[in-house]
Amino acid sequence: MSTRTTPADPGAPAAPGSRTWLRDHSELGVSLLLLVIGVLVLADALTMPLDLAQRGPVGPRTVPLAVGTGLLVIAALLAVDVLRGGRGEAGTGEDIDLAEPGDWRTVLLLAGVFLGNAVLIEPLGFPVSGALLFWGSAYALGSRHPRRDPLIAAVLSLVTFYLFNNLLGVPLPGGPLMGVL
Amino acid sequence: MDSLNSLLDGFGTALTPVNLLWAALGVLLGTAIGVLPGIGPAMAVALLLPVTYGLEPTGAFIMFAGIYYGAMFGGSTTSILLNTPGESAAVVAAIEGNPMAKAGRGAQALAAAAVGHFAGGMIGTILLVALAPTVAALAVDIGAPDYFAIMVLAFIAVTSVLGSSRIRGLASLLVGLTLGLVGLDQLTGQQRLTFGSLQLADGIDVVIVAVGLFAIGEALWVAAHLRRTTGEAIPVGRPWLAGADVRRTWKSWLRGPVIGFPFGAVPAGGAEIPTFLSYVTEKRLSRHKEEFGKGAIEGVAGPESAASASAAGTLVSMLTLGLPTTAVAAVMLAAFQQYGIQPGPLLFEREPDLVWGLIASLFVGMVLLLALNLPLAPLWAKLLRIPRPYLYAGILFFAAVGAYAVGGEALDLVILLLIGLIGFGMRRYGLPVLPAIIGVILGPAAEQQLRRALQISDGSVTGLVGTPFSVAVYIVIAVLLAWPLLKRLVGRRRNVTA
Repeated sequence: MSTRTTPADPGAPAAPGSRTWLRDHSELGVSLLLLVIGVLVLADALTMPLDLAQRGPVGPRTVPLAVGTGLLVIAALLAVDVLRGGRGEAGTGEDIDLAEPGDWRTVLLLAGVFLGNAVLIEPLGFPVSGALLFWGSAYALGSRHPRRDPLIAAVLSLVTFYLFNNLLGVPLPGGPLMGVL
Repeated sequence: MDSLNSLLDGFGTALTPVNLLWAALGVLLGTAIGVLPGIGPAMAVALLLPVTYGLEPTGAFIMFAGIYYGAMFGGSTTSILLNTPGESAAVVAAIEGNPMAKAGRGAQALAAAAVGHFAGGMIGTILLVALAPTVAALAVDIGAPDYFAIMVLAFIAVTSVLGSSRIRGLASLLVGLTLGLVGLDQLTGQQRLTFGSLQLADGIDVVIVAVGLFAIGEALWVAAHLRRTTGEAIPVGRPWLAGADVRRTWKSWLRGPVIGFPFGAVPAGGAEIPTFLSYVTEKRLSRHKEEFGKGAIEGVAGPESAASASAAGTLVSMLTLGLPTTAVAAVMLAAFQQYGIQPGPLLFEREPDLVWGLIASLFVGMVLLLALNLPLAPLWAKLLRIPRPYLYAGILFFAAVGAYAVGGEALDLVILLLIGLIGFGMRRYGLPVLPAIIGVILGPAAEQQLRRALQISDGSVTGLVGTPFSVAVYIVIAVLLAWPLLKRLVGRRRNVTA
C-alpha cells in the first residue's frame, strides 16, 4: 500500500520526476486523457447556442453536461486509484505473451500501413490499396515470404472486391486497375 | 400453445434454402472463429456488420446467431487441444479438457464438450421459446421511463459486474457515451462535438466504433505482444464417448443449462461466471473428485453446456427487452439499429417472421454444429496452424473494408484507426471494452427516452419512477450499486459468528 496521497491532479505528479516513477504511473495518462475529453465535452455543451427551439424540459445540453462532469469525476478517481497503487489489468489472449516487452515498432508500422491505405484507397482503388494493406501488415508482423505474401494479398484483395462490389452491392472504388481489367 | 405455432411458422422461415444457407455459413464461420485465436464472436459480427447493407435482416441475424453459437463450440476445441483459451467462455474447458488431451483422452474431451454445447444450446433455446413471449407480453406496455430504466441498468451492470475495477468500467462507459454524443442532437438538430465538421455532423457510425474497438484495437494489442512461439495443438482422433463416459456426463449436460441460462439473461459478464459456477458444482457433486484438475470429464461437460445455454439466455434479454448482456449481443443490437428495427417487447408483434425464424434457426444451427464438430474437430484444429501475420493482417484488412463500406469515405478509415488506438490503450490499461460499446449503442437511445419521459411528466423527475416496472428496475440497480458494501457487511457478520 502506497501512502502517497497527492490530490487528484494527473497533470502534475508531485513526486520527484524520475523516469521510472513516470513509467510506473503511466496510467495517469489515461486519467489526463479523460480529463481533456471531459473539458472538451463541457466546453462544447456550454458554448451551445440556446436560441434553438427546445422541445421539452431537457434540452440538448443536459446529457453532455452530465457526461462531461462524469468524465472529470472519473478522471480524478482514476488518478487517486493509480497513485494509491491500483493498476488496470492488461488484456490477455491466446496469441498474447505479456512477458514480452511491448513491441511499439510493429504497432507504429501497422498504424502507418493502415493510414497509407486510407490515403491510397481513392487514387489507386481498393484492389491495389487493400493488397498493399494486407502485404504491409503481414510484413510488419514478421512474415517474410517474397512471393507468397504478395500473392495472397492480391488474391484476397481481388476476391473481396468482387464479393462486396458485385455480389453484396457495397460499392468499393475500383481505381485505374479495374478500368483496365 | 401460441408460441408453438409461431415456432412452427419460424421453421417455415428457417428451412427455406436461402436461410439454411445463411445458417450453415454462420455456424461454419462461427466454428472457425471459435477455433482461431485472437478473433472472437463479437469481433466477427462487428466485421460482418457491413453485410447488413446488402442483406435482408432475417438472413443476417440467422448468420449472426450461428456465429455466436458456433464460436462457443469452436472455442472449446482450442482450449482442450492447446490450453490457451481465447474466449472467456472457454477458460474453464481448458482446466479439465487439456489434461484429458495430454493423457490421450482428447477425443472424449472434445465429444463431451460438443455434446455439452448441443445439450445446453437445445435446452437453452427451448427455455427461450417458453419464456421470451411471456417476458415480451409482460413488458409490452412499458413506456419511456421504463426503457430509460432498463438502459441505466445495462450501463450500471456492465460497469459494476464485469470488470474488476468499477472506476475503469465507468471510464470506459463515459468514453462510449461521449462517442455517442458526436453529431446532431436527435430532437433539436443542435450540433454536438462536431467542431464544425460536416462529416462529424452525421455522427460516428456504430459500425466504425465496433470494428475499431473490437478488431483494430485487438489486432494492434496482439501485435504489440505477439507470442513468438505458438503452441502445438495436441493431435487427436475423431471424438467419441464410451458408455462409461456417457454415464458420468449426462447429468452434467443437464445441469449446465440450469446455471448457464439465467446468468446469460442478466448482465453479469456473459458466460464467464456460469461456466465457472458449473465447474465448481460438478466438482462438488462428482464421485470422482480425485480426478478434478487431472482431467475429469464432468468438468468439461457441465461448463460447456452452461456456456451454450447462457448464449440462449442472452438472446432472451436482447430480443424481449433490447438489453444486451454480452459483447456479441451488443454488436447484434447495433445490427438491429442498422436495419431500423427496435428490439424490445414489440419485436415479437412487429417482426414475428424475423424473431421466430431466428429462434427456429437456432435449433437448425445446433444440429448442424453437432454434425460439423463431432466428426470434424481434428480438422478444425488444423486452423491453428495459420501463420499469425496472415491472421492479424487479415483482421486489419477486413476492418478497413467494413469501415469503408459504411459511407465510402476515406476519412472513416482515419477515424477507425483513431478508435482502434483508443481500443489499444483500453487493453493496455485494463479498461473493459464492453461498457464503451454499450455506451455508444444505447447512449443516444437512452437520452431520447429520458427526454421523452421528462417531457411527459413536464420536467418533473418523478416521471422517471412513475411505473412499477421502472421502480423494480431501479431497485435492482440500487442492489447492484450497493453490492460491494452489502458483501462487506455480510462478510463481517460471518466473521463475527464464526
